[in-house]
Amino acid sequence: MAHSSQTAGTHAKAAVDEHGGQQHPIRLYLLVWGLLFVLSAASYYVDYAGLQGLLRWTLILIFMMLKAGLIVAVFMHIAWERLALSYAILLPPLALIGLLVILLVESDYTVATRVMEFGSR
Amino acid sequence: MESKFQGQDQTLLQQGHSGFAADWSSDQRVFKKVSWGKAMMWILLLSDTFVFACFLVAYMTARSSTTVDWPNASEVFALHIGGHNFPLLLIAIMTFVLISSSGTMAMAVNNAYRKARVPTALLMLATAALGAAFVGMQAFEWTKLISEGVRPWENPWGAEQFGASFFMITGFHGTHVTIGVIFLVIIARKVWRGDFDRDERSWLSSGNGDYEGVEIMGLYWHFVDLVWVFIFAFFYLW
Repeated sequence: MAHSSQTAGTHAKAAVDEHGGQQHPIRLYLLVWGLLFVLSAASYYVDYAGLQGLLRWTLILIFMMLKAGLIVAVFMHIAWERLALSYAILLPPLALIGLLVILLVESDYTVATRVMEFGSR
Repeated sequence: MESKFQGQDQTLLQQGHSGFAADWSSDQRVFKKVSWGKAMMWILLLSDTFVFACFLVAYMTARSSTTVDWPNASEVFALHIGGHNFPLLLIAIMTFVLISSSGTMAMAVNNAYRKARVPTALLMLATAALGAAFVGMQAFEWTKLISEGVRPWENPWGAEQFGASFFMITGFHGTHVTIGVIFLVIIARKVWRGDFDRDERSWLSSGNGDYEGVEIMGLYWHFVDLVWVFIFAFFYLW
């Protein structure tokens, strides 16, 4: 009995080692959880206070990036993964910047056409 | 100690950027120390990132190419409570519920790696309950907007594309949350019964205390929260 449970324990440890078991202090998770609450409250306050224009957009983007970064780095454990995996996940979405720019140009052209055709705005 | 040298010689793995180059040029598996389950989940999430990004970019294109004013989300999603008008209140509550569920999920993963069977299952069920509450509030929001006359092709407040963008983006996200709740319940049940502790292999676990399935489930759940961060910023706050 003792032998078999020891074997099972070794197997489990092998499984954890092989997968690079993610074990981190619970205080870190609680800290991130708290920060996410504070950042969400802050971004809601941006709307509640009725901030407008460049200040509003800047604050929204800053709070959004901080929240996304915390979730991906700590909750999704990217901070502790090998770079081969992290880069495979984090670099491809950068291509979306290209999509964004192309479609901003396109929508600018569309709205210009609409204004010329329909004469509104 | 022997176990560390099984399969791959972990001590020979390089760190940092030289490790990155070595892993990708090793003519073997690229993702070392990563199980196939976790790698596949990440590939699913990466492709999902592009799906949601397409929705958000399409929304941006619609919004910046219309000559009509875009409805003010702050007013559209306001709640009247006790004669007072709270801007965007329901969305704020939904955001906090989803963040709370991400927190309980992180706790579940933490407990799973300590092989604490019952706390893991209970925390996963708490996560599922918060997720279900989120979907419920979304159903309420949809009902409210539909009764006010929002359709994919029209709405009472401004640009017609508002409805299509709203239903598409929040609908797809809500579907993800719903699927997550179902999977959370399935895995929580397996954890609760001790399926991961037995000497049994399944598609979710190699048995003998291999709780990595909980972490992989967690990746999906945190992703759903992550997508909401972007929807909250771009659709509701912008």
